[in-house]
Amino acid sequence: MSVLLFMIPLALFLGLIGLAAFIWSIKSGQYSDLEGAARRILIDEDPE
Amino acid sequence: MAGATLSVQPDSDGPVKTGTVIPFIRRDAAADKNELYLSVEGVHCAGCIHKIESALLKFPEVMQARLNFSTRRLHLAWSGAEDMADRFARTVSDLGYRVTPFDPDAAMRRDDGHTRFLLLCLGVAGFAAGNIMLMSFALWTTSAATMGPAMRDFLHLVSALIAVPTVVFSGRPFFLSAWKALSARRTNMDVPISVGLILTTGMSCFELLNHGEHVYFDSVVMLTFFLLIGRYLDDLARSSARRAAGDLIAMMAGAASVVESGKIKSVLIRDLREGMTASIAMGERIPADGVVESGASEIDCSLVTGETIPQPVGPGDPVYGGTINMAAPILVKIRKQAEDSLLGEIIRLMEKAEQGQARYVRIADRAAKLYTPVVHALALLAFLGWVFVGGMAWQPALMVAVTVLIITCPCALALAVPVVQVLAVSRLMRRGIMVKGGDVLERLAGVDTVIFDKTGTLTLGHPALVNGNAIAPGEMQLAASLAARSRHPLSRALTQAYKGDFLDIDVREIPGAGLESVVQGRRVRLGSRGWCGLADDSALRDMMEIVLAVEGETPVIFLFRDLPRSDAADVVRGLERRGIKVMLLSGDRSGIVENIARDLGIAQWQGQITPDGKYKILEGLHAGGHKVLMVGDGLNDAPVLAGADVSISPSSAIGMAQNAAQIVFTGDDLAPVMTAIDTARFSQKLVRQNFIMTILYNLIAVPVAVAGFVTPLVAAVAMSLSSLCVTVNAFRLRRRV
Repeated sequence: MSVLLFMIPLALFLGLIGLAAFIWSIKSGQYSDLEGAARRILIDEDPE
Repeated sequence: MAGATLSVQPDSDGPVKTGTVIPFIRRDAAADKNELYLSVEGVHCAGCIHKIESALLKFPEVMQARLNFSTRRLHLAWSGAEDMADRFARTVSDLGYRVTPFDPDAAMRRDDGHTRFLLLCLGVAGFAAGNIMLMSFALWTTSAATMGPAMRDFLHLVSALIAVPTVVFSGRPFFLSAWKALSARRTNMDVPISVGLILTTGMSCFELLNHGEHVYFDSVVMLTFFLLIGRYLDDLARSSARRAAGDLIAMMAGAASVVESGKIKSVLIRDLREGMTASIAMGERIPADGVVESGASEIDCSLVTGETIPQPVGPGDPVYGGTINMAAPILVKIRKQAEDSLLGEIIRLMEKAEQGQARYVRIADRAAKLYTPVVHALALLAFLGWVFVGGMAWQPALMVAVTVLIITCPCALALAVPVVQVLAVSRLMRRGIMVKGGDVLERLAGVDTVIFDKTGTLTLGHPALVNGNAIAPGEMQLAASLAARSRHPLSRALTQAYKGDFLDIDVREIPGAGLESVVQGRRVRLGSRGWCGLADDSALRDMMEIVLAVEGETPVIFLFRDLPRSDAADVVRGLERRGIKVMLLSGDRSGIVENIARDLGIAQWQGQITPDGKYKILEGLHAGGHKVLMVGDGLNDAPVLAGADVSISPSSAIGMAQNAAQIVFTGDDLAPVMTAIDTARFSQKLVRQNFIMTILYNLIAVPVAVAGFVTPLVAAVAMSLSSLCVTVNAFRLRRRV
């Protein structure tokens, strides 16, 4: 059972990384134009 | 533009006028960076985004060009000269999109900020709910005997470490709103929610310290998560439509061209001062009340007075802000600042009307008013009952009382309304009907009287040729060829009605009179009766007309009418079938109003009515206990739009009317009015069913909780199930609308 003392904090830590990524994505405006993001994928990059 | 006193560019539908975007630029001199927001119309695919962005990025000065597809707003940042903005705006409009500069005011950004805040709270609660289940599943499926009390305490502790910060962080939307309500001595749905969240967290912490068997950290986090979903959906429904409305206000706060010592300068409308001289191009809106200084033209007052026939004006005649200059460029001396003008008076009337509307209480808050005392009394009774009758110690009895609060916490109740309304609003949005907020649907469902405006609402708002069949093809061709050179609304209607080839002729436009040409050696005139040599005949005055006069021949009269929307009669009948009374109130002449009312089968109508008169009728209806829906598009409707229980505006309406209305629809049909009412009624039915389900749920759950049988597992299952039920029921809307 003592493995839990290690595993639970680890699991939470991984979750926290996800949460941090989520907070970053909100702050940087990733959710401000969901419809546009869905369509932008169709734009071909111009060959440089 | 012969006869015009000014050499301004008269083309209003074409590229942006020079200088109009300058006042909207935000310049950061230190960083050498200019920023501008443009609202772009006509964007509908990825290709559009790419075309616009890449065209702008070709300029070496442009640092950023990003088009937000959801809001149709283009954010531009560039270095160097400010007046580059004109070129950027023209680049976009040359691609075939209409651009309007706008001022991203503080209120709008606060709005976006709130949505983002809710999303952040929701994200944190979601993370916590997912992770706390890690502990909860172990706690639910094993007993203390197999796990050992030390392990159980450890899992409880970890749960607490997740739950307490989550409640503090993500519970804020509820705590703040509950506090606001309480300090105003009111109650709303958030009061029982907050009490429930705080008590449950507190009690669970107490249990944790006393090595108790049950803690409800998982319930409290799940509760927060579910409640936030409802709250976020609710906010989403409002903000999308509000944003659309915000664009319109921004456009209204546009710029005017002012003539100063022989030069034309662009000034924000709100900065206009008495004595300034504004140059009004053809098709442009007059920014404030004033007097015509030079030039002769015709003014379309339909949005202010409801009158369809343009008024001729010349030097010395007064003109009102909000009306449109139709025939030729004029110079207007501003007499009153924008806020003191007729427009300003209407705004004041609107504010008065809006104050009256603030009394409406949303259905969820009405439910909370009944719900809160009942639930809290039940919990208290359970506590007192167990202590004094059941002979229980106070801690377990308090635990029972708290579980009553947890299980009755209005989780499903908080979802019951927003899920239905969000689905309804987004369905309507897809059909071109923008609804500003879910509570609009509640009000719309209860409507029993509809007031229609005439011009632009029941009718299309622009004239159409009615006697085209009676005119010989040769005359039609000649008239259309002349009319094609003019932007006057009647000329446009005439051109539109003609399908063939145009003659190649030279045409001269005489402002305020008409068009003139010489064809095969004979003078040809197209214009007003008097100018074409006909006596005034007032019998025909409820129609608009232009006359074609060929030298030496009998003049031909073209008649025009503002035709009703094609399905207007059906909509009127449909409304009456649904038991709704229909009225027609218009500022236009009684004769015209009577004709339309008769055509469409509207029994109650009134013409030549002032904005104040319309508002008085509304007050009379309110006093009689009627719930009124106003459908209108003009400035003269704005106070009634703001004061009615609900109001609908077509998207062709002026910004102020769209802003005052809670629903805006697009397209040439009137059917959206019916669609909106039907959807509102059906969604209100679903809301009622959801409430009944939650009551049934509570009838079962409360006795169980009072009896003390509720464990954390039971609470979690009950909560999820009830929330799931109301959500699934709400989705029935998809099949209906």
